[in-house]
Amino acid sequence: MTNQWTLNLLVYRLKGNGAPHYGSFKIKANPDEYVLDLVERIWAFEDRTLTFAHACHHSTCGACGMRINGVEKLTCITPVHTVAKDGATVKVEPLRNFPVISDLAVDMGSLFRRMEQVGHRPVLELADEPAEPGIMRSQKAEDREIIRLADCIECGLCISACPIATTTPEYLGPAVLAGAQQSGIQNNRKLLALIDSQNGAWRCHSAFECTAVCPSNVEPAWRIMDLRMQVMSERIKNWFRSGK
Amino acid sequence: MSTTPNRPSPSNWLKWFDPRQREIGTWAFILNRITALGLTLYLFLHLIILSQLAGGEEAYQGFLDLIRNPIFVFGEWLVIIAGLIHGLNGLRIGLTSFGIAIPYQKQFFYILMAIAVAGGLYFAVRMFAV
Repeated sequence: MTNQWTLNLLVYRLKGNGAPHYGSFKIKANPDEYVLDLVERIWAFEDRTLTFAHACHHSTCGACGMRINGVEKLTCITPVHTVAKDGATVKVEPLRNFPVISDLAVDMGSLFRRMEQVGHRPVLELADEPAEPGIMRSQKAEDREIIRLADCIECGLCISACPIATTTPEYLGPAVLAGAQQSGIQNNRKLLALIDSQNGAWRCHSAFECTAVCPSNVEPAWRIMDLRMQVMSERIKNWFRSGK
Repeated sequence: MSTTPNRPSPSNWLKWFDPRQREIGTWAFILNRITALGLTLYLFLHLIILSQLAGGEEAYQGFLDLIRNPIFVFGEWLVIIAGLIHGLNGLRIGLTSFGIAIPYQKQFFYILMAIAVAGGLYFAVRMFAV
């Protein structure tokens, strides 16, 4: 017999200029289901006006990011039993630091524009990737032809979790800085200037929340720290160049 | 949509101090902010105290007698604690910024805060022992 839990889902609701509030939905759930399944069931059987974003259901599109009990999760890969127990109340809210369009759907346009600004490449040549701790890259010439999708799925969870992004709309944010690190700031003076600005790599205050919530092992915090070293290296090089 | 509470804004600064459901890094962030504010306030108080020197030896001596009050001694102890927390956490931030111990930043924070607590206890004994 299938194990069934009864959960109370408190879902954030906001329409237009109305007042935000929480809608309460009692729902039967299998503990091995994913949170997105429950949200979809509410939309299908309880309230067709519920707005939320999702697409692939397998953590590739990055569309279904939400806050579950206050923590940023990719809901399509978050099993119910990891965030609740039988009879529990589960709070479902939109990501922070992005304007709410309606209910659980947020406007992530600022993230996408900035990712383009820093030249984030969704598809990479394996040999071009910056080295990461503990990962050896192949030096074989034929391996340069291997391409793969970048780890970052632009889900915005890291920006939602970042305390600096909460108060500084101009801050590029963890995903964008990670994208810049992947692009490489050497030989790109425009990008270097952007990263070395007050809203670039130096604005991070090392809370490491971005890395904690990233569902795709991008490790944005490590990449921001790596960017800082790259910026310092470029500054020192420029200092010597200007002295000539 | 301008009413949305999710829009990033400097007016959200109180959310900096909400550690619910967050990781230890947020505690480090909060402690660094609070101690920074405390130390900045102390800097101004310190300058005001030093300005007492301009009132002559008697005025300064009178002020020194006042701050021997246990409440002021406790305040000085808080300054030491704040200095230890802020300085040691600053060491963590500085080293991780140079790529050192990033995977161990949590453990690094626990160890440094243990040192801050030990330092606080040492100074408490020294300052409050009769």
